[in-house]
Amino acid sequence: MEAALLIEKSILVLVILGITLLIATYSTYAERKVAAFLQDRQGPNRAGVFGLLQPIADAGKMFFKEDLIPAASEKWLFIMGPGIAMFTACMTGAAIPWGTELHVFGYTLNMQIADIDIGILYVIGFVSMGVYGIMIGGWASNNKYSLYGAIRASSQMISYELAMGLSIIAVVMMTGTLSLKEIAAQQHGINWNIWYQPIGFIIFFTCALAECNRAPFDLPECESELIGGYHTEYSSMKLGFYLFAEYINMFISSAVIATLYFGGYNFPGMDLIESPALLGWLQFIALFAKIFFFIFVFMWIRWTLPRFRYDQLMHLGWKSLIPLAIINMLITAAVVLLRNQTF
Amino acid sequence: MMQPLTNRSKQVVNKEMTFMERIYLPAILKGMAITISHFFKKKATVQYPEVQRPIAPVYRGKHVLKRDDQGRERCTACGLCAVACPAEAITMVAAERNKGEEHLYREEKYAAVYEINQLRCIFCGLCEEACPKEAIFLTDVITPVETTRDNFIYGKDKLVEPLNARIDVSKRQSWRTPEQQS
Repeated sequence: MEAALLIEKSILVLVILGITLLIATYSTYAERKVAAFLQDRQGPNRAGVFGLLQPIADAGKMFFKEDLIPAASEKWLFIMGPGIAMFTACMTGAAIPWGTELHVFGYTLNMQIADIDIGILYVIGFVSMGVYGIMIGGWASNNKYSLYGAIRASSQMISYELAMGLSIIAVVMMTGTLSLKEIAAQQHGINWNIWYQPIGFIIFFTCALAECNRAPFDLPECESELIGGYHTEYSSMKLGFYLFAEYINMFISSAVIATLYFGGYNFPGMDLIESPALLGWLQFIALFAKIFFFIFVFMWIRWTLPRFRYDQLMHLGWKSLIPLAIINMLITAAVVLLRNQTF
Repeated sequence: MMQPLTNRSKQVVNKEMTFMERIYLPAILKGMAITISHFFKKKATVQYPEVQRPIAPVYRGKHVLKRDDQGRERCTACGLCAVACPAEAITMVAAERNKGEEHLYREEKYAAVYEINQLRCIFCGLCEEACPKEAIFLTDVITPVETTRDNFIYGKDKLVEPLNARIDVSKRQSWRTPEQQS
């Protein structure tokens, strides 16, 4: 039994990791395509059909580039930076319920790698550790632009994590659990949290953009002022790791948003489906459809909004989002309290 | 007050933003609606090597050194094109025609080496205008891509009109008077 469980989980880990990497790879392609389409262009269309081999060509290019480590840098920290960024990005996928059960070859597979009862805390914890990758990388580069990028990244992350945490607290109070599996299971059918927490969702989504260093909050990399910010000194696959980690974070953020506010794997009319095997697959597909939609929205926003100025960013975080999140939390708390007393 | 040059100038007002403006979201959604509308618009891209935009019949592209109707090179290496060239792209070495070469070169002097640096050339057509022998013309061929700078220096092998594939430059000649075209 123990061995079987170990094998099952190992396979699931590999599959989820593989899917994560694949989606991150093709997010780079999607980003370029979406950018091009929003700007009346074609996007990459030379490598393979519709340019589908473009990310593979890009990865090949990244690997064959000269890997420079600046003489003035802290060598080990310099190498550790992208490693941490990548590691923390990949770790978060473990707690997300990718579906309920999947029936493959007559075998029932539980679609969550680890059903941790503090799942959402685990995710938030690892996401906030992601800033270490950026900070260490920026600091070890021994370059003023990198350092500025790293400082911006860390202050931005700290500011936006507060509002993010407060908006999650509202969800947690409402559902009464920290387990992502429970939160997803409670949003059966179309009974999604977004209907109860619209403001919480907007706050969470804004903070997710900031946590992923996505436009309009991409001040840490900020090409025009900081020449790439914390990864100015990076080249070859180390740079690739940083960029890749950003796309993985985007994927995971989309998954968390879908799970917390948009019902995770639930979809309207799921009770009508009799076969559990079919239902398992449909739930899996429903979740990924939601994730892809949110990845698209992330990109859509990036190619619509200009970057915030730094004081505007801090202003928005501390003076707007945090008070709003606190009010949202208090109202939720009051409603939950009233409901528990009356019923 | 100063006279405005255009009617586009606007008086700046530092008015307080309304609540709807301050929460950004309506403006953001409006912006996103604009960008998504472009998602479905026809793309402006022309897939260049496969699809080419129509070019004018008098397009000024790669040069050709014309031969006359008997297949003899018209160029006499007088150097007027090189003098006229504002980009100094043309160089040549003149040589004297030997006996027995009358079928190759129309006059007693010819260009043994004739080179145009396509990276310097600005395709203005002044060489064509300067040429008294109607030897050099610009054609509607676009200079192809090369991977080294040296390959962009076109010698006679790339410039002289092939005997079996004559190039029609009558469109470029049309501004000349009939007696000049003789």
